[in-house]
Amino acid sequence: MSFINYSSREINCKIVYYGPGLCGKTTNLQYIYNKTNPEAKGKMISLATETERTLFFDFLPLSLGEIRGFRTRFHLYTVPGQVFYDASRKLILKGVDGVVFVGDSQVERMEANIESLDNLRTNLAEQGYDLDKLPYCVQFNKRDLPNSAPLEELTEVLNPTKVPQFEAVATKGVGVFDTLKAVAKLVLTELKRGS
Amino acid sequence: MSNQLVMYEEELQQISNICDVLQRDSNAKAVLVIDKNGQAIAHSGEVEHLDVTSLSSLTAGNVAATGGIASLLAEKEFAGQFHEGEKTNVHISIVGARVILLVLFDERSSLGLVRLRVRKAAAELTQVLEVLVKKSEAGNQPSVFAEITDDDIDNLFND
Ligand SMILES: Nc1nc2c(ncn2[C@@H]2O[C@H](COP(=O)(O)OP(=O)(O)OP(=O)(O)O)[C@@H](O)[C@H]2O)c(=O)[nH]1
Ligand SMILES: [Mg+2]
Repeated sequence: MSFINYSSREINCKIVYYGPGLCGKTTNLQYIYNKTNPEAKGKMISLATETERTLFFDFLPLSLGEIRGFRTRFHLYTVPGQVFYDASRKLILKGVDGVVFVGDSQVERMEANIESLDNLRTNLAEQGYDLDKLPYCVQFNKRDLPNSAPLEELTEVLNPTKVPQFEAVATKGVGVFDTLKAVAKLVLTELKRGS
Repeated sequence: MSNQLVMYEEELQQISNICDVLQRDSNAKAVLVIDKNGQAIAHSGEVEHLDVTSLSSLTAGNVAATGGIASLLAEKEFAGQFHEGEKTNVHISIVGARVILLVLFDERSSLGLVRLRVRKAAAELTQVLEVLVKKSEAGNQPSVFAEITDDDIDNLFND
């Protein structure tokens, strides 16, 4: 749920990175955090287990600049990807303005990708959202690994609706900002459309 | 997007005033008003050393998790939470099912006093929020987005 503050002249939006366990959601945010100027970012918060798996969420507040005198601020969240954290995922999706689905390119993670994408749809629907009507992008991560599936196959299975998609190597930053910019743009365009 | 929260000068001023009065009358260190999705709306008191953005997001996460527990137990939302620290205590309450009131206080105050003052502030906040919701639903306020062009959006990303 975007929050438009006419008093402080700010537009605040919430973007959620979704995807199966270990697909690289947290790595996306870490890269963004490391490459952003100090004045444009707040602290990154990671509520994680001792083995660095996301337990509840990662949170990164970002400032993307001004539009017509309004500061645009994006709150980036990741969900915990492990299957049994479903209750937490539902909570993080509340009030979402845009979604990035991060898929794991490795062939052996295809089942996990499909399950996670189904789970995203179901959890959104439970809260009255339709994934097809939300600002939404897909990222195929871990393109550097030798066991990654061909792009055509990933597209067919994980992006049948042909939303903007990006190949990524989140550890090296490849595709990370492209993905963020695309979803941020869709969110702002949707806000404009809805006004 | 019908569930969008819009804040106007007039209501923000009223919310800030409620915040100020609560902070003063309860002898609190700081008071924050936070949207349930984790956006800070207003604050007063000693916030210079606080990371208001992080605090807001974590508090909202906490409230969401507690709300999740409540619904698993078929409880209505828990009305409030209290955390006792060595130096700072935290009082969290939900107002009008929409915003969170966070009060940080130390030995200069007490839980009893904070509870009492929060109750009064919550009643006032509820009224302001009702007006705010009506106002943004009526949608007769000029929208910033009506003026934004596709070029404006593109330009944001040309760096
Ligand atoms: N080779 C390779 N490894 C990656 C890439 N992106 C992330 N990883 C690694 O994959 C592992 C998991 O990454 P995370 O970002 O923690 O995964 P996550 O999606 O947040 O996982 P959960 O928190 O459990 O949901 C880490 O060891 C990362 O370094 C990539 O593009 N290529
Ligand atoms: Mg993670």
